[in-house]
Amino acid sequence: MKSFEGNILCLDRADINTDEIIPAKYLTEIEKIAMKPHLLEDLTLDGFDPATDLEDIAVIVTRENFGCGSSREHAPWALEVNGIHVVIAPSFARIFRQNMFNCGMLAIDLPEDDIQALFDLCNNGGGRLTVDVDTNTIRAKGKEKQLTLGFSISEFDKTLVKTGGWVEYADTNY
Amino acid sequence: MGKTIAEKIFDTHLVDAPFGDVSVLRLDRVFCHEITTPTAIQDLVAHGKDRVFDPDKIKAVIDHVTPAKDSKTAMQGKILRDWARRHNIKDFFDIGNNGVCHAIFPEKGFVRPGFTIIMGDSHTCTHGAFGAFAAGVGTTDLEVGILKGVCTFKKPETFRIEIVGTLRPGVYAKDIILEVIRQISVNGATNMVIEFAGPVVDAMNMDQRMTLSNMAVEAGATSGICLPDMTTVEYLWPFIKDEYDSPEAALADYTKFCSDPDAVYAKTKTIDVSDLEPLTTFGYKPDNVKPVSEMDNTPVDQVYIGSCTNGRLEDLRVAAQVLAGKQIAPTVRGIVSPATPDIFSAALEEGIIKTFMDAGFCVTNPTCGACLGMSNGVLADGEVAAATTNRNFNGRMGKGGMVHLMSPATAAATAIQGHIANSELFSSQEEI
Ligand code: SF4
Repeated sequence: MKSFEGNILCLDRADINTDEIIPAKYLTEIEKIAMKPHLLEDLTLDGFDPATDLEDIAVIVTRENFGCGSSREHAPWALEVNGIHVVIAPSFARIFRQNMFNCGMLAIDLPEDDIQALFDLCNNGGGRLTVDVDTNTIRAKGKEKQLTLGFSISEFDKTLVKTGGWVEYADTNY
Repeated sequence: MGKTIAEKIFDTHLVDAPFGDVSVLRLDRVFCHEITTPTAIQDLVAHGKDRVFDPDKIKAVIDHVTPAKDSKTAMQGKILRDWARRHNIKDFFDIGNNGVCHAIFPEKGFVRPGFTIIMGDSHTCTHGAFGAFAAGVGTTDLEVGILKGVCTFKKPETFRIEIVGTLRPGVYAKDIILEVIRQISVNGATNMVIEFAGPVVDAMNMDQRMTLSNMAVEAGATSGICLPDMTTVEYLWPFIKDEYDSPEAALADYTKFCSDPDAVYAKTKTIDVSDLEPLTTFGYKPDNVKPVSEMDNTPVDQVYIGSCTNGRLEDLRVAAQVLAGKQIAPTVRGIVSPATPDIFSAALEEGIIKTFMDAGFCVTNPTCGACLGMSNGVLADGEVAAATTNRNFNGRMGKGGMVHLMSPATAAATAIQGHIANSELFSSQEEI
């Protein structure tokens, strides 16, 4: 069984772009781990402080078109080295979404209502969730509420998440 | 039922459809630059997979930071250079021969109608100007492209945008694409291919079509395709004259890829550009677009003319026409980066470089340079740039900097005035 679990960080803004996720000046880094301290450091958002708010986070819940902008895979890597393997949003930029699955991580799109429900759930002091890839279910738990949501990802994306990425898959199959 | 050009390219390149909704496509080209490729190379080496599928189909360039500015960028260049040598990649462009990827690869004749192309660079959509399916990808996709010559894509839906009307003086391809993005938004073509059509596109030369296709990704599109025609063939003729008996024969071959009249589009839109004014962006998103006339009191600290959007010969010509005999404002730093060495040489011969220098511009070597705020003109916190580039994201040209995107003509006029300005102010200029 493949599952992901951890604390939720809510980012209440649409169109968060890859420059905000990891600024271009760190693209000279060749090692993934060098991105760790710089995740989201250029994101200006009321109530969000990248220096403290990324601690012990495993999941980001955000608004539409997350990851727009450049094709840099440094964006999912910056998430990965911070232990964030799941992003949930109403929609993603194509390349970012593909990069997440290629790295064996999850970009889950949910309807706006479900996203709002997750935001509401986290509103009073944070939330935690588990994603079960085999049963396509998300179980979220806030201070006051619990929530179970279904999601769908393609068989291909699921295979990538389970086999750990596209390089292995392609080298074996083509 | 008819097919779109994107569907035809997909069908002719399909290798496998392992899970129904994803197509694994055979690649005709894998382009590489020194920012996103070294990580792919390192990862391949680490996994014992340091191989390439075909050294002749891989083309590589050091363009983003060149000459290297520090040890880290020097190492990125070195990793790419060593790898190109190790695998006998002959089309590798280094100092002295290098230029901005999306300008130099077309110029060398590496792109053909009907090709599939990937690169670890979001503006790879530029090559769609030739009727190719060209898409930016992440490093893992690039890795697999290098290793196996394949890439997965969802079957694309197409958004057909027809451009009609007659452009007013001072209005260019850049203004058209800014208007397209304004109308459909930064998300308007996500997961779709934009097909640019209509009489205005038909009348454009390849430089102008590349400007259009270049920014398709700023509306979320996977690729931005112009249909191949005689203009495409004439541009490519020096490279294909041994493959075809005549330009007409090449045309007949290439137009097979053109969308059928009964092709099915996910969306269509017609934009009449007759009343279009010169445009510029005002915020941190490429769809924050306003007429220059509403922005003309905005002072700027730096004007940057260059990039894969507008650093080609025609762009420099247009800017030089505005600048001829003028001085840029003393409060403005002007920087021009011709996109390739060939463009630089031609601009030298035509006297364009002298015009820029006489006006007070700094002329740099061909490079992405200031476009992505890594070298050659990084902004200070609070500074404002007018740029012919394609991205105005917060921090793009330097942390805390603001970028206004515009055409080369508008950028040149802005440099002279010291604030955003319409190039028609200087339209009485003689042609140079
Ligand atoms: S010129 Fe700018 S947008 Fe174009 S490839 Fe270089 S950095 Fe990217």
